[in-house]
Amino acid sequence: MGLPDVKQSATEARLAAMTLPEGGCLKAARQAALSRVQTMGLPGRRDEYWKYTRPDTLISAEVSKASVFASDEAPMFNEFDRLRIVFVDGVYDAEASDDLSLEGVRIDRIADICCQDIHWAKDLYGVLEARGQSPVQRPLAAFNTAFAQDGVAIHVTGKPSKPINLVYVHSDEMSDAILHHVIRVEAGAEATILENGPAASRFNKCMEIDIADTGKLHLVRAQGRDHERRAATHLFARLGTESTFKSFTLTVNGVLTRNEAVIELTGDDAIAHIAGACVGDGDFHHDDTVFITHDAVNCESRQVFKKVLRNGATGVFQGKILVKADAQKTDGYQISQSLLLDDDSQFLAKPELEIYADDVICSHGSTTGAIDEEALFYLRSRGVPIDDATDLLTLAFLAEAVDEVEDTAVAEAIVARLEGWLSRRR
Amino acid sequence: MAALDQTQVKDGVDQETVDAVAEVSTYKYGWETDIEMEYAPKGLTTDIVRLISEKNEEPEWMLNWRLEAYDRWLQKEEPTWAMVDYPEIDFQDQYYYARPKSMEVKPKSLDEVDPKLLETYKKLGIPLKEQMILAGVEGAESMPAEGRKVAVDAVFDSVSVGTTFQAELKKAGVIFCSISEAIKEHPELVKKYLGSVVPVSDNFYATLNSAVFSDGSFVYIPPGVRCPMELSTYFRINAENTGQFERTLIIADKGSYVSYLEGCTAPARDIAQLHAAVVEIIIEEDAEVKYSTVQNWYPGDENGKGGIYNFVTKRADCRGDRAKIMWTQVETGSAVTWKYPSCILRGAESQGEFYSIAIANNMQQADTGTKMVHLGKNTKSRIVSKGISAGKAQNTYRGLVSMHPKAKNSRNFTQCDSLLIGDKCGAHTVPYIEVKNNSSRVEHEATTSKVDDEQLFYCRQRGIGEEDAVALVVNGFCKDVLQALPMEFAMEAQQLVAISLEGSVG
Repeated sequence: MGLPDVKQSATEARLAAMTLPEGGCLKAARQAALSRVQTMGLPGRRDEYWKYTRPDTLISAEVSKASVFASDEAPMFNEFDRLRIVFVDGVYDAEASDDLSLEGVRIDRIADICCQDIHWAKDLYGVLEARGQSPVQRPLAAFNTAFAQDGVAIHVTGKPSKPINLVYVHSDEMSDAILHHVIRVEAGAEATILENGPAASRFNKCMEIDIADTGKLHLVRAQGRDHERRAATHLFARLGTESTFKSFTLTVNGVLTRNEAVIELTGDDAIAHIAGACVGDGDFHHDDTVFITHDAVNCESRQVFKKVLRNGATGVFQGKILVKADAQKTDGYQISQSLLLDDDSQFLAKPELEIYADDVICSHGSTTGAIDEEALFYLRSRGVPIDDATDLLTLAFLAEAVDEVEDTAVAEAIVARLEGWLSRRR
Repeated sequence: MAALDQTQVKDGVDQETVDAVAEVSTYKYGWETDIEMEYAPKGLTTDIVRLISEKNEEPEWMLNWRLEAYDRWLQKEEPTWAMVDYPEIDFQDQYYYARPKSMEVKPKSLDEVDPKLLETYKKLGIPLKEQMILAGVEGAESMPAEGRKVAVDAVFDSVSVGTTFQAELKKAGVIFCSISEAIKEHPELVKKYLGSVVPVSDNFYATLNSAVFSDGSFVYIPPGVRCPMELSTYFRINAENTGQFERTLIIADKGSYVSYLEGCTAPARDIAQLHAAVVEIIIEEDAEVKYSTVQNWYPGDENGKGGIYNFVTKRADCRGDRAKIMWTQVETGSAVTWKYPSCILRGAESQGEFYSIAIANNMQQADTGTKMVHLGKNTKSRIVSKGISAGKAQNTYRGLVSMHPKAKNSRNFTQCDSLLIGDKCGAHTVPYIEVKNNSSRVEHEATTSKVDDEQLFYCRQRGIGEEDAVALVVNGFCKDVLQALPMEFAMEAQQLVAISLEGSVG
C-alpha cells in the first residue's frame, strides 16, 4: 500500500534535501534506515501518534530560524567534575571538549568507528531504533539513523569516576543538527550521563542504549532554554536481567519539543524509571511520548511526568505500558500531572495500558488543574506573599519528578535552577 | 466454557467470580423462532434504501435524508483504530430488511400480533402484555404498584411488533412508539431532532444506520413530566444473515424525567451477524434521562465462530442548563463490541455519568468506553468502568474527557479497573484527556488488579483483615455500579453482582 499523497510528497521533499553520509561499516545500517523512512513516510498531522503535536516544522525541508538565547547564568552542571564532550550545532568540537580517555569507559566518535571494521557499536547502531518501529512507527528516528552527522559511541565497562557530560551548543540561527549516540553498559558496569544545551535551531537526536545484565545507567538531561528552538529526540533502551536505567529530563521553553522514550525490559528483575519535569511559558509546546514494553518476569517500570504551563503553553503526554503475556509479576506505574497557571494553557494526555499477563500490578493516573486554592490560602494566611506562595507550590509540584534523580547533588542543582527561573519570571 | 476451565486461574481470584463469569457466558438465548419471514433482496443499493423507506410508508423528506446518508456512506471508510480484529465484512452479503410475514399489515393492537411473536418475547422473559410486573423479577412484589410498570417496545429483526402501555402513557403526555410510527405521526419532532446529536455522517456505522435503519423506538417526554413508568425496548435478531439497524430517539423536554431500559439477544449461529444502531438523546433544561443497557447479543462459540458484531453509536446531548444523563451498561454479549455512549455537556451545570461493567470471555472482543465533552461551565462528569476478561478475550476501555476553554470550573473523575482471569486474555486502557482551561479539574485513575489504598488503609486501621477489607471495598463499590441499574434489570444483573474483584489485591 502506498503512502497518502501528502505524506509522500512531504517525505520526498525532505529527503531531496539530504545526502546519505559516507558510511564505512555503518553504510548498510544507514541504507536500511533510509528505506524504512521511505516505506513509513515522515510523520503527518493526521497520524494518530501525532494527534496532539504538529510535526510540520520538524519534517520541513527548510529549517525555521531560531535566535541564540543570551544568558548570564552559568551552563547547567558546570559546578560538577565531569568529562565534557561538546557539540556545536551538532558537530563535535575537539577544542572545547575534554580528553576522551577515562577509566572504565571508552568513547569514540561515530565518524571514527566508521573506519574500523569490527566494533561493538556496529551491532547496535540502528538496531534498537529498528526494533522500536513496531508496534508504533517512529519515522523521525529512522531518519536520524540514516542521516546522523555526528555522535559518540560510549562503551561502559567499569565504573567511571565522573559523569560524562554531552554539551550541545547552539550558535547558528539556521542550524539543523542530527546526532546519534550509541551506548553499551557491560555487566556490572555503572555510569552517569549528563546532557545539556539547546543544540541547534532544529535538533533531531537519537540515543540507543543497551544495558547488559546487572548494568546501571543514569541519564539526566536539561534541554536548553532557547525560545525558538525545535527538537525531536528518541531514546531507545534495552534492559537485561537485573539491570537499571533511570532517566530524567528537564525542559524549559523551546517552541516545540517532542521527546520519545522507547524502553524494552527484556531481562527478569530489570528496573526502568523515566521522569520529566517541564516548565512552559508562552508559545511553547512540549510532548513526552513514552512506550515501555515489559517482556520479562518481575520487572518494574515507573513513569513520572510533571508539567507547569502558563501563557498559552501546551503540554502533551502520551505514555504506554505494554505487558506481554509472559511478563508476570510486572509492577508498572505511570503518573502524568499538569499544573495550569492560567486559562490559556492546555494539557493533552493519553495514558495507555495494554496488558496480556494476569499477575501484574499496573496503574496510571493523570490529573490536571490549577494551583490548590486552599494550599495557597494556607501559605498566604501565614504571611507568604502570593508570588512566593505560587512559586513554592509550583516547586513542590515539580519536586516529585526531580526526586527521581538519584544523585542528590544533581537534583539540588536542578531545583536551584528551577527556583531561579521561577522567581526571575515575575 | 472449556477455554476457561483450561486456563490457569491466578491465586486469590475467588471461585465465585470465576463461576459467575462462566455462568454469564453460557448463552441462554441462542434458540431461534421458526416464523415465516419476508426479506428485501440481499445487498445495499439505493433501491434497498428506497424499499425500506417504502415499507415504512415514509414521507419524501425521510427518503431524501436516507439517500443523502447512503451517498455519504459510500465515501466513508470502515474505522480500524479499535483494538478488535475480525474478518472483513461484506456489506453486500447481508439482508438489510427482514420482517415477519404476519407484520405486513401492522397490527392495531397487541391482541392482533402473531402469537408466535408474543411467544418469542415471553420466552425471553419480556411478555408483551400490559401486566403489572415483569415475570421473574424477584422482590418486585414488594415494590409499590406505581413503580412496577414497564412499557415495552419490542423490535423483531427490522420491525417493531408492538408497544405496550401506549394509552396510559398518552394520558401523561408521553409519546412512546416505534420510530417508523413517529415519522408518520410526529414528523415535526422527528425532523427537528433526528440527526441533531449524531449527524448523518458522524462515523461509518452511524452513516450506514442513517441510510438503512428500519425501526427503533421514539420517546418524547413533555415539559415538566415525570414519566409514570419505565420505558424499555427489547431488540431481538432472529433472521439469518440479517443486519439489525435500529434507531432510537429520546427527547426529554424541560424539567422532565425518564428512565429507559434496553435489552437485546440473538440466536446462536455460525455466521457472524451485524448490528449497527444509533441512539440519540436530547435533554433540555433541568431534565434527566437514565439509560440502561444489558447487552446480551450472542457472543459466538468458544472458538469465536459466529456472534454479533455490535457497532453502536450512542450519544446524549445535554442542551439545557442543569440537564442530566446517566448511562449504565452491562456488556456481556457480542463477538465484537464497538460502543462509546457519550455525553455532550453543553448546558451550564449539566451532568454526565457513565457506569459500565464489560465482561468478555472466550474469543470475545470488546472496545468500549465513553466520551465526556465539557462545553458549558460548571459541568460535571463521572466515569466508572470495570472490565473483566477471561478465556482468550480482549477487553479495552477507550474514552475521551475533553474540557473546552469555556467549560470553566468543570470536574471530571474517571476510574477504570480491569481484572484478568486466566493468562490468555488481555485488558487495555486507552484514555484521551484534553484540558483547555485551568479552573477545571480532571482526574483519571486506572488500575489493573488494585484496590484504592486509602480505603484499604481506613478499613485496616480499624482492625479489618486485608482480605476482608478488600472484599468490603470492592463489593461495596461494585454494588454501587449495579445499583445504578433499574430494578427491572435486576434478574440479569443478579448474576453479575456475585462477581467481585476480591482477587485483585496485589
